[in-house]
Amino acid sequence: MTRLTTTRWRQRVSTVMGTLTAASAGAVVLPLVLIFGFLLWQGASAINVDFLTHLPKPVGEIGGGMANAIIGTLILLGLASLLGLPLGILGGVYLAESRDRRLPWAVRFLADVLNGVPSIVIGIFAYTLVVLPMRRFSAVAGGVALAVIMLPIVVRTTEEMVRLVPASLREAGLALGVPEWKVVLRVVLPTARAGIVTGAMVAVARIAGETAPLLFTAFGNRFWHQGLDQPIAALPLQIFAYAIAPYDDWHRQAWAGALVLIMLVLAVSLMARLVTRGRVGAVR
Amino acid sequence: MADGIRVTKLNAWFGPSHVLRDIDLAMAPRAVTAIIGPSGCGKSTFVRCLNRMHEVVPGARAVGTVLQEGQDIYGPGVDPVEVRRRIGMVFQKPNPFPTMTVYDNVAAGLRLGGVRDRAVLNERVERALHAAALWDEVKDRLGKPGAGLSGGQQQRLCIARALAVEPEVLLMDEPCSALDPIATARIEELILELKRDLTIVIVTHNMQQAARVADATGFFLLGELVEVGPTSHLFTTPEDKRTEDYITGRFG
Repeated sequence: MTRLTTTRWRQRVSTVMGTLTAASAGAVVLPLVLIFGFLLWQGASAINVDFLTHLPKPVGEIGGGMANAIIGTLILLGLASLLGLPLGILGGVYLAESRDRRLPWAVRFLADVLNGVPSIVIGIFAYTLVVLPMRRFSAVAGGVALAVIMLPIVVRTTEEMVRLVPASLREAGLALGVPEWKVVLRVVLPTARAGIVTGAMVAVARIAGETAPLLFTAFGNRFWHQGLDQPIAALPLQIFAYAIAPYDDWHRQAWAGALVLIMLVLAVSLMARLVTRGRVGAVR
Repeated sequence: MADGIRVTKLNAWFGPSHVLRDIDLAMAPRAVTAIIGPSGCGKSTFVRCLNRMHEVVPGARAVGTVLQEGQDIYGPGVDPVEVRRRIGMVFQKPNPFPTMTVYDNVAAGLRLGGVRDRAVLNERVERALHAAALWDEVKDRLGKPGAGLSGGQQQRLCIARALAVEPEVLLMDEPCSALDPIATARIEELILELKRDLTIVIVTHNMQQAARVADATGFFLLGELVEVGPTSHLFTTPEDKRTEDYITGRFG
């Protein structure tokens, strides 16, 4: 083979591989595009002011909405974040900062295992831990289940982000005669902030659509929020209930609910993108 | 403010490897002492031992006596945080805090040390920036990110940050090795200014730099202090054969 043909062959291989990787990248986002398009096609027509502001109508009546489920999902996300984020972020800081070797290794391993536990099993866990002693399905139980699901994600992303902070910054802080805890709190964490917030947002987006762990914790409710110790409506539950019901109007509403849910996740993901555009803030 | 720093029988380890052996060295007050030697000879470790930054690395430890102002910084009950407040440090690569503005970078040591008074902060920040010869270049952009300055400006910002807490000693670990010749010249001028008030110890790879700025120079090799003396003396009539080989470029 002459050198010239070798070059041509190499260029051809390069073109083929380039096309292949580009096509794969396209295929990765294709499902999302299809899902979103399909939801818009099916659900957009059922979204109206009533859907967003009204309670479900009694069985058999046309109309009504899922306002209670939208609010319920927001409350559940709030509860889960309240429990899961502080624990997860503090735990992640420990994993990244600890000089001990064995305990962080064990925690890291267990967090990864927890990440792989099916969400329905976590639902059963929350059922045993919260629902049984309270003798009642409740928003709190749902929040606990969702918090457990988000914990490993938050712990691991926080750890990674704190680790990414260059050692030189830590040393700069220490060399100024600042105690280590203050360096972590006021130099390391602010530097890692964008990444930590992104991790938190990803975790929130991930639990927003969880259905299984809510089935026997939050349980669902056809009325407005009744208190945190009462069953509460949630979008995924409502979608599930409406989708398997025999009424066409409910099917349409299920599609609309799915569309609202995915918009919610999209909004959270977008927010994560926005905060990662690092800004300079004063340390106070 | 009379004794500078007096090091006796200083030994340091990284895990099992013994990187500094029985160092005895006195550094004069309000003077510049340069530490030269080939890579891996322990010179960075040596200055990091002078403000107890060596032990920050996991597995690292140091034993010995380092007298500063008559106090042994390795003495029992001495808080390394206190030591580092008196003995500041500038690193090889400029490392301004990326989340902070120029002002906040300089104020960081004071703020994190509990100074809240706005007027005091303003005054100390301005003084530190003047002392670091940076004020004129940044006075209109104090609110801009510190990481947005040029490399040489960033290094002077780090010097200002170290000066703001008003240390008695300034340790500089190859402060110019990431800078171009012009920025290097500015830092060297600055060092000569600063030695009027401060004891300065500078690690450098650059023998010309040591010759230009240092009153005394110590030559390290394989974790040992081979020779120390007035800079002019060390570079013209070294007593040890190894020093002569190094400064004439026969190795290293």
